[in-house]
Amino acid sequence: MNRLAYIGIAVAAVFILTAIFAPLIATHDVTAQNLMARYAAPSAEHWFGTDALGRDVFSRVVFGARISLEVGIIVVVVSSIVGTIIGAVAGFYGGWVDKILSGYIFNVFLAFPGLLLAIALVAFLGAGLGKLILALCVIGWVGYARVMRGQVLKVREYDFVQAARALGASNMRILFTHILPNAIQPLIVQASLGMAGAVLSEASLSFLGLGIPPPAPSWGTMIEEARGFDILYNAPHVLFFPAIAIALTVLAFNFIGDGLREYLDPKQRRR
Amino acid sequence: MKYKIYSFSKQLALLLLVVWTVVSLVTLLIELVPGDPAAAILGEQATPEQVANFNEKHGLDKPAFFFSYHGEKGIVWHGAKNRYVDYWQGILTGDLGNSFRTDRPVLDMILERYPPTIKLALAAMLIAIGIALPLGVLAGTNKNSLIDNSSSFIALLGISLPTFVIGPFLVYIFAVKLRWFSPTGSANPEDIILPAVTLGAALSAILTRMVRSSVIEELGEDYVRTARAKGLSERKVVYKHVLKNGLIPVVTILGLQLGVLLAGAIITEKIFSWQGLGLLLLEDGIGKRDYRLVQGCVLVISVTYILANSLTDLVYRWLDPRIRLS
Repeated sequence: MNRLAYIGIAVAAVFILTAIFAPLIATHDVTAQNLMARYAAPSAEHWFGTDALGRDVFSRVVFGARISLEVGIIVVVVSSIVGTIIGAVAGFYGGWVDKILSGYIFNVFLAFPGLLLAIALVAFLGAGLGKLILALCVIGWVGYARVMRGQVLKVREYDFVQAARALGASNMRILFTHILPNAIQPLIVQASLGMAGAVLSEASLSFLGLGIPPPAPSWGTMIEEARGFDILYNAPHVLFFPAIAIALTVLAFNFIGDGLREYLDPKQRRR
Repeated sequence: MKYKIYSFSKQLALLLLVVWTVVSLVTLLIELVPGDPAAAILGEQATPEQVANFNEKHGLDKPAFFFSYHGEKGIVWHGAKNRYVDYWQGILTGDLGNSFRTDRPVLDMILERYPPTIKLALAAMLIAIGIALPLGVLAGTNKNSLIDNSSSFIALLGISLPTFVIGPFLVYIFAVKLRWFSPTGSANPEDIILPAVTLGAALSAILTRMVRSSVIEELGEDYVRTARAKGLSERKVVYKHVLKNGLIPVVTILGLQLGVLLAGAIITEKIFSWQGLGLLLLEDGIGKRDYRLVQGCVLVISVTYILANSLTDLVYRWLDPRIRLS
């Protein structure tokens, strides 16, 4: 794997550990307000300073990692399972099943701008963690389905699959014990890039006020609260730290995804 | 020719099917609103008469679809007098209904805010091309050099950094610190620069990567060797020959990206208070729970996106036989 991928793994590991041990790492209560210390600059007491309500930005960024990664992991797991099953069914059965799934349903979901669909769903369903995750899964599954379908179409023609069929293995057995394990590699790449996408979408929706409602410390919400002219003028740290956190997380998972893709597919290696 | 027409009609049929599905989904989205749109708009103190009047005025008193499911009665058939048919009839006659809040035709509200969004998307595209062409050529002609690696890294940053991070940072540097631009609004002509750079950053990164790999690919072709053998300067080889051929895929991507820019403009418009379609959707639509307006905005943005993508695809297939056959 390339060097950037290792950097990505290291950065992602730091964020994952931060998310797991957030209560131990955070120095203050994330919702505790101190109106006497609004917009305080970074100091020994508040490492990343304080925000408009005097809340500790460091602790909020630390707990923000938990929200981002929680949403990211749930969205990746759910949409990859759903996508894998649908993609495998389309690729394995072919014929009219494939025509309806990949020829029509995949195209509809791919034709719709993802973020807009998520915005529309949350706008009509109402904001909240569960609805946000649902909206992100609705836009996320089709990427996995497409990759899986392509892999299954390729793998199902291999000799060992024909051999299993000749030995009388059932369709389900062929699909789950022979084809799926051999088609899983590109899914791992997709999952890594999907993680970056899910973290980004969560932050985008929270930034638009359609994600996790305050006072939960979502990075997107923190950036939204920090972008006023006066705040940028007087206390830019309120913007910087959550912005750096989200940029690093997204970069890390993109580095991992790109690195894995190159590693698993020598044809894609950089010319 | 026969194959061309077959391929063209197949694409067109799929396009119509996709548009029909998207419109249907948007039409039915309003059914997802928890509770009653009337209650959301009129408030909990509204009398039953007020709710009934509201529902009648906006056609909400009719059933949602051709049929509905009621636990005991099973599936009940409602016929053609339903909201789905009404909305479709409206769309086909250029009527997207009236705003729940202001009672103005939704189409008029959208048409007012459509040009600023298109203007922003086109400006973003121009800026992206202005950044990507020189950077991509530099990287491609100096493969694996420091310039190449740095431009690849900048491109990766452009792709990975979300607009809502880039935007406020640009505001901080150019509006707060340097005071070159105003942080929000669109009163002066130069006010478009910061939003356009923000929106175009990701596209410029994608284009830089594409121009780079196109240039590298074309530099290995025979005609380049011939041009060099003729004694042409490297500058002429790159700009007169390589770039001309290498830009074909880049031009296609531009068409496809116009749709992406239109959808991505929602966040940029919020950052810079740019009075476009995205801000109309967020503030007047979602912010004020004007579901009819939300429907209209989502519909127009997504159909524009789909049409921009499909038209580029169709034209490209028509022009380039290699794509069609593969």
